Amino acid sequence: MATVTFDHASRLYPGTEKPAVDGLNLEIADGEFLVLVGPSGCGKSTSLRMLAGLEDVNAGRILIGDRDVTDVPPKDRDIAMVFQNYALYPHMSVADNMGFALKIAGVSKEERAERVREAAKLLDLEEYLDRKPKALSGGQRQRVAMGRAIVRNPQVFLMDEPLSNLDAKLRVQTRTQIASLTRRLGVTTVYVTHDQVEAMTMGDRVAVLKDGVLQQVDTPRALYDRPANVFVAGFIGSPAMNLLELPVTDGGVQFGGMTYPVPRDLLGEAHGSTVTLGVRPEDLERAEDNHGLAVFVDVVEELGADAYVYGHTEFDGKRYEITGRVDGRTPPVAGSTVYVRPKEGHVHLFDTQTGLRLGEHAPGTPEASVEDLNVPVEAGKTAD
Amino acid sequence: MSTTPAIPAAPEAVLAKAAEPQIPIARRVKQRLTSRGATAAAIIIAVIWTVPTFGLFISSLRPEDNIQANGWWNVLGDLEFTTKNYTDVLASAGGSASNLGQYFINSLAIVIPATIIPLVIASMAAYIFAWGRFRGKDTLFIFIFALQIVPLQMALIPLLSLFINLKIGEFQLLPSGTYAQLWIAHSIFALPLAIFLLHNFISEIPGEVIEAARVDGAGHATIFWRIVLPLSVPAIAAFGIFQFLWVWNDLLVALVFSGGTADVAPITQRLAELTGTRGDEWHRLTAGAFVSMIVPLAVFFGLQRYFVRGLMAGGLKG
Repeated sequence: MATVTFDHASRLYPGTEKPAVDGLNLEIADGEFLVLVGPSGCGKSTSLRMLAGLEDVNAGRILIGDRDVTDVPPKDRDIAMVFQNYALYPHMSVADNMGFALKIAGVSKEERAERVREAAKLLDLEEYLDRKPKALSGGQRQRVAMGRAIVRNPQVFLMDEPLSNLDAKLRVQTRTQIASLTRRLGVTTVYVTHDQVEAMTMGDRVAVLKDGVLQQVDTPRALYDRPANVFVAGFIGSPAMNLLELPVTDGGVQFGGMTYPVPRDLLGEAHGSTVTLGVRPEDLERAEDNHGLAVFVDVVEELGADAYVYGHTEFDGKRYEITGRVDGRTPPVAGSTVYVRPKEGHVHLFDTQTGLRLGEHAPGTPEASVEDLNVPVEAGKTAD
Repeated sequence: MSTTPAIPAAPEAVLAKAAEPQIPIARRVKQRLTSRGATAAAIIIAVIWTVPTFGLFISSLRPEDNIQANGWWNVLGDLEFTTKNYTDVLASAGGSASNLGQYFINSLAIVIPATIIPLVIASMAAYIFAWGRFRGKDTLFIFIFALQIVPLQMALIPLLSLFINLKIGEFQLLPSGTYAQLWIAHSIFALPLAIFLLHNFISEIPGEVIEAARVDGAGHATIFWRIVLPLSVPAIAAFGIFQFLWVWNDLLVALVFSGGTADVAPITQRLAELTGTRGDEWHRLTAGAFVSMIVPLAVFFGLQRYFVRGLMAGGLKG
C-alpha cells in the first residue's frame, strides 16, 4: 500500500504535436479510491498506463510511495491492473490465471493455491477454478480479472474501465462490489471511466480530465457543488447543468425578465460584459410570467416522482437548451412556454472568457488555485 | 506426398473478417462444391490421383520375378504377395551397404534438428519482431522477409564454400560430410519464411494479454515461454509439419552437403542412387519409397491435433 504521485507527468505520442497527457499533477493518498474521468480522448487511460509503465513518460515524474518509478519497467512496479477487455490468459485455467503473477514471483505452490483460493472465495469463483476463461460468462471473466489483481496484494490497483463490457444490471451490481472490496482491502486504487455516474458513486475523489489537462480533483460532492470551471460543471451531473451566457447588469446578471443578484466584487472578477451562469436542472423553479427566463417546452419526460422538462430559449441571438426538473404531478405541457428562475444560492458563476469559476481564484493565476484544490482527503472520509 | 498442409497465417478472426462481406458468394460456391456432380468429379480425380501410388504399393508387395515380368495390374492374375522387398530394404540385404535402415536413421538425424532449430530461432525472432521495441525493427523485418526472394539453388555453392572456409586456425567448425552442415543449411533456408509466418500469427495475440503479463511481473523470457509459445502452438505445429516434410523429401541440399556417405546421406539420396546405379533392382525402390513415406505420414497425423481452432477464445471480451 502506498501513495501515488504524478509530478508534472506528460506523454507526447510520437508524431503528434499536442501531448495526450499534459503536465499532470496528482497526489493520491494511501488507500484512496481515485477515479479518473473525462470524455474519450481526454488522456485518462494514458495517465493510467503511464502509472502502469505501459506508456513512456516524456516529461515529469511518477512516484509510487517514495519511489520514483518513472523509468521502472511494469514488472518491477508492484502494481496490478484490470483491463477493459479483461485480458485473461486464454490457455490457462482460472486458478492459473490468478496465480500467474505469484508463480513468476516465485511463491511456493502451497501458498499460491492458498491465496488463489482466498481470492476466489472473496469473488465467488471457487467452483470455476479449473475452468478455462472461454467457459465463463462475461461477469465471471470480469471477476477473474479482478481476482488476478487481488491475489497479488499489490501497492496499487489500476482499473481501466473494467465494467464497460458488462450489461447494465451487472454493471451496477459489480460497481458496488468493487468499491466495497477495494475499501476493505485498503489498497490504493486508480480507476478510469468515462461514465460520470460510476465516477461519482465509486470515488473517494474524482479527477476530471479534458484534452490531457487536469480540470479539477475533488470529492464527488464538492465536484457537484463547486465545479471549478465550465467544463466540469457541464460534465458532472445528469442531466447536465444548464449553462447560459448572461449580460452583466448593475448588481447582478440579467436572467430573462429578472435580475439575479450577484455581489459586485464577484462580477468585478469577470472579463467582458457577460458571465456564464450555471444552474442544475433541479435548481430551476417556476417563476411568474415575465419574471424569469421564458422557456419553450419541447419535450416532457415523466418519471413518476419527477418530470424532466427539455426546452429551449433564445436571447442575444443564441439558442440555449434548457433542462429542468419539476414535480411529477404538475408538469408543464409540451409546446407551452414557461418562465423559470434559479433558486436563490444555487447558481454557479463562471468567467465567460476563461471558463473559470468566479470567486474561486484570484484573477490571472488560475493554475495556482487549481493546485490548491489538489489536496488528498483521507481515505474513507468521503462525502457519502 | 502432395499434401502441403495449410498454414494458418492468422487466427480465425481475420479470416472471418475477410469472408464477411462475401457471404452470399461463399454460400453459392459452397452449394456448387457440395452438389452431387461436384462430389462425383472429386472422387474421380482422387482415384486417378491415387492410382500410381496404389500401383507402387502393389508392386512393393510383389515378388521380384513378377515385378520384372509384368506390370502391377496383372496382380489379379496371380495373387502372390511377399514382404521380402521390405525386409531386404530395411535390414541388411546382400553384400553391399544398400539397406535403407541406416539411411532411414540418417534422415531422422537430419530432419529432427533441422526442424527444431529453425522453429526455436524463428519463434523467438517472431516474438521480438511482433512485440519488442527497438530501432530499425520494421526495416530489419522487411529485410528478412525479402530474403525469401533469393532462390535456394543460388545459395548452395557459396554456402558450401563458406562452410569449408569457416575455420578457427586449423580447426574446421563445420567439417564436410557431417550432420551439422545439413542442419545449418536447412535452418538458414527455412528461417525467412518461418519468421514471417510465425510473426503474422504472434502479432495477432491481443496486446492486452501481453500487457497483462508485463504488469503481472513477466519479462520478455517469461512472456515468450508462458504466454506466446502456448498460444502459438497451431502456427508452430503447422510450420513444423511443413519444414519436416520439406527436409524429409529434400534431395538437392543433401546432395550438396552430405558428402554421399552412408554415415550422413538421407534416405532420399539413397533412393535416387538405387534407381540410378541399379535400375535392375527397382523392386527395392518400391518398398523403399513406402518406407520413406511412413514417417511424414505419421508426423502429419500426429501433429494434426494441434490445429485447434479457437485457442484464443475467452481471453478477451468482445
